[in-house]
Amino acid sequence: MMSRQKNQNYKGHGLPKGKEREQRASIRFKTTLMNTLMDVLHHRPGWVEVKDEGEWDFYWCDVSWLRENFDHTYMDEHVRISHFRNHYELTRKNYMVKNLKRFRKQLEREAGKLEAAKCDFFPKTFEMPCEYHLFVEEFRKNPGITWIMKPVARSQGKGIFLFRRLKDIMDWKKDTRSSDDQKDDIPVESYVAQRYIENPYLIGGRKFDLRVYVLVMSYMPLRAWLYRDGFARFSNTRFTLNSIDDQYVHLTNVAVQKTSPDYHPKKGCKWMLQRFRQYLASKHGPEAVETLFSDMDNIFIRSLQSVQKVIISDKHCFELYGYDILIDQDLKPWLLEVNASPSLTASSQEDYELKTSLLEDTLHVVDMEARLTGREKRVGGFDLMWNDGPVSREDGAHDLSGMGNFVTNTHLGCVNDRKKQLRQLFRSLQGQKKTPN
Amino acid sequence: MLQEESDLALIIAQIVQKLKGSNLYTQLERQAWASLQRPEIKLESLKEDIKEFFKISGWEKKLQNAVYSELSVFPLPSHPAAPPEHLKEPLVYMRKAQGSWERRILKSLNSMCTELSIPLARKRPVGEQKELLNKWNEMGTDEPVLDLSLFRPVYAPKDFLEVLINLRNPNYENGDSHSFRTHLGLIQVPLKVKDIPELKEFFVELGLTAGQLGVDDSTQVPPELFENEHVRIGQKVLSEQDSAAAQQYIRQGSPTALRAELWALILNISSQPEDILYYEQLKTNVIQHDLLVDSLIYKDVKLTASNDDYYFVFEDYLYQVLLCFSRDTSVLGHFAYSSASPPKSYIRGKLGLEEYAVFYPPNGVIPFHGFSMYVAPLCFLYHEPSKLYQIFREMYVRFFFRLHSISSHPSGIVSLCLLFETLLQTYLPQLFYHLREIGAQPLRISFKWMVRAFSGYLATDQLLLLWDRILGYNSLEILAVLAAAVFAFRAVNLMEVTSLAAAEAVLADLSTLKVMPLLQIFLFATVT
Repeated sequence: MMSRQKNQNYKGHGLPKGKEREQRASIRFKTTLMNTLMDVLHHRPGWVEVKDEGEWDFYWCDVSWLRENFDHTYMDEHVRISHFRNHYELTRKNYMVKNLKRFRKQLEREAGKLEAAKCDFFPKTFEMPCEYHLFVEEFRKNPGITWIMKPVARSQGKGIFLFRRLKDIMDWKKDTRSSDDQKDDIPVESYVAQRYIENPYLIGGRKFDLRVYVLVMSYMPLRAWLYRDGFARFSNTRFTLNSIDDQYVHLTNVAVQKTSPDYHPKKGCKWMLQRFRQYLASKHGPEAVETLFSDMDNIFIRSLQSVQKVIISDKHCFELYGYDILIDQDLKPWLLEVNASPSLTASSQEDYELKTSLLEDTLHVVDMEARLTGREKRVGGFDLMWNDGPVSREDGAHDLSGMGNFVTNTHLGCVNDRKKQLRQLFRSLQGQKKTPN
Repeated sequence: MLQEESDLALIIAQIVQKLKGSNLYTQLERQAWASLQRPEIKLESLKEDIKEFFKISGWEKKLQNAVYSELSVFPLPSHPAAPPEHLKEPLVYMRKAQGSWERRILKSLNSMCTELSIPLARKRPVGEQKELLNKWNEMGTDEPVLDLSLFRPVYAPKDFLEVLINLRNPNYENGDSHSFRTHLGLIQVPLKVKDIPELKEFFVELGLTAGQLGVDDSTQVPPELFENEHVRIGQKVLSEQDSAAAQQYIRQGSPTALRAELWALILNISSQPEDILYYEQLKTNVIQHDLLVDSLIYKDVKLTASNDDYYFVFEDYLYQVLLCFSRDTSVLGHFAYSSASPPKSYIRGKLGLEEYAVFYPPNGVIPFHGFSMYVAPLCFLYHEPSKLYQIFREMYVRFFFRLHSISSHPSGIVSLCLLFETLLQTYLPQLFYHLREIGAQPLRISFKWMVRAFSGYLATDQLLLLWDRILGYNSLEILAVLAAAVFAFRAVNLMEVTSLAAAEAVLADLSTLKVMPLLQIFLFATVT
């Protein structure tokens, strides 16, 4: 899309200008989730929990509550809630695919094939059962490849299977005929059939995927932050295409791995992204790694742009997404899916620290305490990735990939000295308050 | 003057002798013959022309690297009349202690063998061989044939520490009266160790005025100040293929992208077809014969590396390296300059008869608890099994063997322990005294770090920066200095503890430490 260079220095990231924002004595929060989120909320100074029907200023809700209540809940201007009303446009696999396809077509019309090709980061996907015939056409064009069938709405690896023969999914064809005359209220479960990436990048002979966190503060205009930390989740068994029935080999969700007979809880099967980035750098050199990470930035931004016009951008809403990315042997990243409710349960001490830091910094960015000026490009471990346009790094460092003289403000897998940065940030904010300009 | 000349002549003769048997010699010969075809080689000036050709084609560099490698590994020859034991270890009491330690280990191994009625070695049946060959790349998933819980590791570092604590020099008597000069630590042998002024000189490139990777490549420092130039020099060193230059260069740390090649250059490892063939041969040995030590290796990997948050991924590589390592008889060569000797075993029924003696395991090295951690960090750099194997083997015969054998060598574990304790007592006397009073002798905590060269205790990137310096200075002394630096860093907390367990807790987690700043502060920024 537009690659106009904007001087980002004078543009805030969405905080209301003019009238000084109210500093609240205490912030009433509500949440149904336990684990790390509860710890973080309870430890935040000035935040108190409200139970049951009490009025709240901040609600970290789950998506089912949202579906049932959002439309008839009045929220004051300052109130914040942790999901967008129709987030499923991005997070349900069939909708995401539809939106991405439409966005790609639009891009091709407006900016040409080259620009549209930047959206080719999701494997060919077909919604089932309605796109069954299109799927069969593609299937026949590529005999012998493996496909993966994923339920649209389930998570944690449930209901997923691999197949190579049409025979394996003949049941779907039966369902397409009967979908018109549904007698029951039970909806037919939607699946997507996706081309399985047969050449994943392996480390130690094992397949892995990456979990990356993206915080979206608004869609219109689009403002998104990228968290520096994340992790690579390894499959417990060695990768081979011989046994497509062995879901332990192919699925890297920790939830599935936990049930594998090889699973040892102490292991955790995760690498922090910093470790992953260093491993790649020592194997492929820094330039290749820069290219890979900048391709991932492209995925985050384009996927958000594709749903930008569709998602209801309510100013009360923000959302923390968990992106699942798979790298193939050519160091090309693929988008597997986007999670609106990434798991916040900690599987180890290290994981606990990552998630609590992530949540603390999310709350800093949401800024219920009205401390930020709105011009920050970095808050703790979050870097401002998109602010109605690309965001540049302050110092204008050299652009390694040679694609123009512009370096993005993302630092995925880089050093996260968030405590230090937060100290400096809040100290300078204090200072600014005392000396009015 | 004459003495020096004759020493030099002796060294040259020894190195030539050694290299004549090597593959490099054959290659040079072949190259020399082939060069006769070239137009610039003239009969009148044959010798000079061939030398010139070697220089231009890079073969001289290769020879230079090989010579440098020999100089680094082999100790300089001493008195011509000195017996070979002196090359291994000049001090008699040390040799004796090592000998009795070895007998203990072998006894333990043999008794485990008898208890479990498992042979030390057996030939695998054909079916089992086929199965192992199929599973070669994923041995980690295999359930071992024998129940691993029956096996005990032959020894753990703390057993070894007890032996070292009891080392005494029978010729040394320091009088009964205790004074402030009395060594407070556990090691009670009089070996010469460096003090801080000497260490400052030895590690001069780590000083505050020189740039370092691990310090000057942090996010706050603009890369133009040091990092960019350092990377550029590193690339130049690699293109020149000069071992000695690489070793000097790496004292300031290696850039991540260049590290694998730099280490290979310093260790003089190049993957020739013969090396790959040799590795394949070892693999065949593994397939055909099963050794008792294999179970020890399995157990060690499962207990240590597989449980590590970062190294679990490389489990399979560890088996592929360590199982082959046990069968590699070329490792026996290092016993010429190690105080240790390979354990001998006898063919069944022929106990005591030398003709029926074999070294067991074939490489003479019995693995102990934590041994696999020497290999794990290398998996981060090398992905090709035969290259990974060569690098590990070279690292072992140059450095790691000194960490579990009793000797007076300055890089030997005894000297490292003494260096650690002396540094602590001299520069942090209050801390040392306090810890001793509460029954928490510092060496009891730091010993395991040094024996493993900090593998598994530091974050991987920090560990690799540390091992850069081990290669750069061709010495393990930095391990003792780092151990002391860690204690210095956590001194405030340690002064408040009142038990060994509490002291262990303060020092339990080293994964957040940055080694280079710690070393710099301890060596160069502390008032001595």
